[in-house]
Amino acid sequence: MYKYNDFDEAFVRERVAQFSAQVARRIDGSLTEEEFRPLRLMNGLYLQLHAYMLRVAIPYGTLNSGQMDQLAHIAETYDRGYGHFTTRQNIQYNWPKLPDVPAILTDLADVEMHAIQTSGNTIRNVTADHFAGAAADEVADPRPVAELVRQWSTDHPEFQFLPRKFKIAVSGAKADRAVIKAHDIGLYLREQDGEIGAQIIVGGGLGRTPMVGKVLKDFVSLADLLPYLEATVSVWNLLGRRDNKYKARIKITVHEHGIEDIRARVEARFAQVKPLFGGIDMAMLEEIKAAFAPPAFVEAATEAYDRAYATDAVFRAWADTNLSAHRAPGYAIATVSIKTPGQTPGDASADQMRVLAQLARDYGHDELRISHEQNVILPHVHKSDLPAIHAALKEAGLAAANIGLVSDIIACPGMDYCALATARSIPVAQGIATRFDELKLEHEIGPLKIKISGCINACGHHHVGHIGILGLDRAGVENYQITLGGDGTEDMVIGERTGPGFAYDEIIPAIERILATYLELREAPEETFLEAYRRLGMAPFKDALYPPKEEKANAA
Amino acid sequence: MPRPFTPKAITANALLEGDVIYLDDQGQWVRDLRQARAFTEAEVADAALAEAAKDGMVVGAYLTDIKLGENGPEPTHFREEFRRTGPSNYFHGKQEAEAHV
Repeated sequence: MYKYNDFDEAFVRERVAQFSAQVARRIDGSLTEEEFRPLRLMNGLYLQLHAYMLRVAIPYGTLNSGQMDQLAHIAETYDRGYGHFTTRQNIQYNWPKLPDVPAILTDLADVEMHAIQTSGNTIRNVTADHFAGAAADEVADPRPVAELVRQWSTDHPEFQFLPRKFKIAVSGAKADRAVIKAHDIGLYLREQDGEIGAQIIVGGGLGRTPMVGKVLKDFVSLADLLPYLEATVSVWNLLGRRDNKYKARIKITVHEHGIEDIRARVEARFAQVKPLFGGIDMAMLEEIKAAFAPPAFVEAATEAYDRAYATDAVFRAWADTNLSAHRAPGYAIATVSIKTPGQTPGDASADQMRVLAQLARDYGHDELRISHEQNVILPHVHKSDLPAIHAALKEAGLAAANIGLVSDIIACPGMDYCALATARSIPVAQGIATRFDELKLEHEIGPLKIKISGCINACGHHHVGHIGILGLDRAGVENYQITLGGDGTEDMVIGERTGPGFAYDEIIPAIERILATYLELREAPEETFLEAYRRLGMAPFKDALYPPKEEKANAA
Repeated sequence: MPRPFTPKAITANALLEGDVIYLDDQGQWVRDLRQARAFTEAEVADAALAEAAKDGMVVGAYLTDIKLGENGPEPTHFREEFRRTGPSNYFHGKQEAEAHV
């Protein structure tokens, strides 16, 4: 893993000192809220519905056991004993008090973490494939590039007052697990003629105006990558609309100017900025790469795993859903579900965080990952250790065997916490997960991604859920719109709206009707919900959701 | 034609704790909506809000619609219902504080 150098350490400490002084000046009245607000946002501190919220970056979703232990310590010392993992690989604390925030930031700095640029109109926390460095289908580890981008974008003088926020994600695998095409810039690392470079995707985004990212350039060598990114953000920084915040994101700029025009401007700007880099970026990348060298994988027998798999049905169910193929023989990637049916998606207690940290120390080469799907990953575990890991997870209430199934739901905090929300999302997720757990239909239904947002800003990625749910305020009542057929992978599709929305107490029955229709109409159990939807189209699901007119008339 | 004025309360978040507060009859900030002052005249409400907004220890003061219940002001919108209660997934926030009284 990357270790802070003296520069990083000094920078983060200085920021903590600056913000501590700003908090003190706010409390003694020297700063007004108007003056303080942009300063606190630069440091990840929001004021939400019931309390402050601190958003802490987990760069490209990677952390070690010491960092996870510290997150647990913060949750217990300054908050309500838990943290919320988000769809952007951050952790949010929902109950900090303003005078405690400097101490929290100091505790974070002690383990090389911070909350810088997790808010505001800056380049945000760089996200990456949560299986980075472990996945069997990987071309290149995205984390060195993500770390390089983090260093370049942190406190970048040209990009501190952008037209709007800017999100970058990196994937180095064949399968896109990082929703690359829904980012302002997405990078797919590729190999071309023996050289690693990146395909640059630009102008993706969800929110009010969902757009699938477009290819800006098919291949940019790593040597040209930072200058190319700088050129792209620079072009948007000048062109992007500052008159209307709903039209300020780069997706609108690309849409309004056309990809060809943007490409020509980026190329022209690239020619100007490229000579300014002088190769220092590549020297830095080499150093960073060394920090991400793979751990020393061991060769060992997998009998313990084979025995447990053959004899323990609960373990087998967990292994079937929660393990993914690892690049090293005898190893697996274990996804720990933070979605036990009935629990809040993405919330882990301090005790659970400590269990995860201990498992990483004992069995996982000290590595943990946070996925945008709000789960925690042990990326490098030898199969022979999996029975012990599973037993420990069971004890901690973390052994749900539901990855990629109905109850593995993404949900934003919604109106239970968020000041922007128009409806709740968490109880809808809890209700759906609990209902299908009772029905024991989860494994029968198979792979399914349900994603819930509590407002149009789409932090819950509802547009790219196979089933998406959007909570709105309709005339003072919570109302939930459903979209179907969304897909967040490399073949990204924005889901299509079914029709009028459903009341809070109607939304779970509506999801049940959709899935009953799928079970009835699928050609075989192997045909997934998404495949069936693509074959059948919207019509049968619409019929199930909205009774035909004559029935309505009769009922009336 | 301007819409008729409906009863309002003044609410904000406390600077230090960040929690939801309401202005009462004495001009003090309180934690319980039922103790909030009910404004029935637009001019009085606007003037009180302008004054309240000057308080450096509160953030984001605004007028919120209320209806007058038996025990004092009650919210008319679900957002304000959550603000005066707390989140629905945990027994945290105001609902918890109230249980400890």
